[in-house]
Amino acid sequence: MTAPLERPRRKNPVLRTRLPTTPPAARSRVALGLTAAAALGRFELQVCRDCGAVQYPPREACHACLSERLDWRAQDGAGELLAETVLHHGLELYYRERVPWRIGTVRLDCGPAVVAHLHGDCPAPPARVRVRACLDRAGQAALFAIPEKDTPSMADDRQLREMTCDPQHRKILVTDGKTALGQALVRAFVAAGAELVWVGHAEPWKRAPGLDALAALPQSTLVPLDLTDARSVENLAAAIGGKVDILVNNAEHHRTFGIEARRGIDAARAEMDVNYFGLLRLAQAFAPALRARGADGAASAAAWVNVLSIFALANFPPHGTYSASKAAAHSAAQCLRAEMRGSGVRVVNVFPGPIDDEWNQLLLPPKLAPGGLANAIVAALRSGVEDVYPGDVAQDWLARWRDNPKALEREVAG
Amino acid sequence: MSASVLSDLVSGLAAGRIRVIDLTRTLAPELPQIVLPPELGQCWPFRIEEVSRYDERGPAWYWNNFSCGEHTGTHFDAPIHWVSGRDLPGNSVDTLPVEHLVAPACVVDCSAEAAADADFLLTVDFLRAWEARHGRIPPRAWVLMRTDWSKRTDPVAYQNFDESGQHTPGPDVEAVKFLVHERDVLGFGSEAIGTDAGQAAHFRPPYPCHYFMHGSGRYGLQCLTNLDRLPPTGAVLICPPLKIRQGSGSPLRVLALVAADAAGV
Ligand SMILES: [Zn+2]
Repeated sequence: MTAPLERPRRKNPVLRTRLPTTPPAARSRVALGLTAAAALGRFELQVCRDCGAVQYPPREACHACLSERLDWRAQDGAGELLAETVLHHGLELYYRERVPWRIGTVRLDCGPAVVAHLHGDCPAPPARVRVRACLDRAGQAALFAIPEKDTPSMADDRQLREMTCDPQHRKILVTDGKTALGQALVRAFVAAGAELVWVGHAEPWKRAPGLDALAALPQSTLVPLDLTDARSVENLAAAIGGKVDILVNNAEHHRTFGIEARRGIDAARAEMDVNYFGLLRLAQAFAPALRARGADGAASAAAWVNVLSIFALANFPPHGTYSASKAAAHSAAQCLRAEMRGSGVRVVNVFPGPIDDEWNQLLLPPKLAPGGLANAIVAALRSGVEDVYPGDVAQDWLARWRDNPKALEREVAG
Repeated sequence: MSASVLSDLVSGLAAGRIRVIDLTRTLAPELPQIVLPPELGQCWPFRIEEVSRYDERGPAWYWNNFSCGEHTGTHFDAPIHWVSGRDLPGNSVDTLPVEHLVAPACVVDCSAEAAADADFLLTVDFLRAWEARHGRIPPRAWVLMRTDWSKRTDPVAYQNFDESGQHTPGPDVEAVKFLVHERDVLGFGSEAIGTDAGQAAHFRPPYPCHYFMHGSGRYGLQCLTNLDRLPPTGAVLICPPLKIRQGSGSPLRVLALVAADAAGV
């Protein structure tokens, strides 16, 4: 059984912090289909439209009938562990540093046999297991076999933790503690066993309900942070940047205008200043230290979470300028993700539908409860996905957008 | 004769018989900004970003870009700022008479009262009592309300909000009318974030200092500091705002000339 992860010991400050390494990242374009699904926490394989054969590894033509009509379809991953091997050396730097490493061959019930990373709680073969598609530290899909039934502390498995960003024992920065979501995030991270949570708050003279209660939590510390002020961001990075393991940027400015409903661009500019330029300021100040600590022991720097909006995918005209600022932030987050890739620090983008807050007052339900969204973010970090579409509205928009982005544009334009 | 007036000024400055006192707060991002309900338009706070600092962006020079509103930091309010002054001639910072920008100041010390009551209101009686000690407020003079509010270096204490809004001292309605109509003042200056009291949104009319001062072509100065270093009378203020076309106000440097024997230090 997996031993529960002990609180990591303080690191020896005279030893050099190891540089991050990542597993091999090259994939063919067709193999990236596996990654695209894993980014959402889904395990998909190609299924032949003509003969029904399930394909692995990903390929251009059906292994059974050579048809090119292969569709990515969700798989439940159930299968039989046939054989296991423990790697004791590897040619890749990443694996050399992590051996021994357990892998196994699994015959999936849907047909193909796959080689998968093997959870420590999987019994010796033959045994029933579940195969998941996870993202590894290079951001690529990796198949991971876990026991048929959950085991105690299974998330603490050494190999599985290479795929996840569990907040337990980690130090978290939540950039805005004044909002309902920010406060729910702080509580969710405390409940998830975070070592401590720094809680940013801007304009301290504007008192926010609930902030004092957060300050009373033993794990949390209020810190001044205003994303519109480069010096404020730099000052906080100087103070704590080298300690932050997971940064959650939930700070946002949200007004509910399209283009013609608001004279001038002051509201739009304020949205861009927080939602887009604020992300750039944060990234320039905090990302270098996170990148440098991607392999800093059991509680290394692990993740950067951007709370975007489903409106980043397609403009929602009643909140048109907000949508544009979130689209800009989404684009910047893709750039950040590319720049973080070599460090193993995962950039997680969250695309919620409307949150149940004052700026969405006039939108009809369903709206996301801040507490539910916070829990979804913690769950995403634990499961190791990098794109999160929490709630019914986001899932609905995602499905329509994937099906036909132009159709979605027309549908939401009313 | 006219030349000797100025040479007396220059020699007085050189000899230290005239002191120059800076009544300006330093522009910095932490400086609090006027707070309006979030759905309204907002005046930008002061923000600054480096252009270069002897580096690859500019090898031999250091400079910044900054942004702010017309009413950020220590700033000047022109009559056009308020709807009551919208149609007056010379009502914007680029058109107002420059002679107004060098003028005497009366300093009314309300520091003890403001310390005891954040909502302290300056009244006509208080002004008459001040005049009984220091003489009648002359026409075309600034009246500066000293509250020592600028000594509240913590922005939270400076803004002083609770659920019912802001609590900062200022003049009451009758005091403003008295200063404009019976004393013909040039303008009103405050150490707090506005010339009006924190609760002045609830006065009749709302924001009387803005309404009556600007409606009569008078000016405002806010976020002043060092008023405790000025004598009750005799100081001369130099306070030219930036020449912004149709500008409603501007951040500015406010200097006071004070006879050395009258200066507080
Ligand atoms: Zn086939």
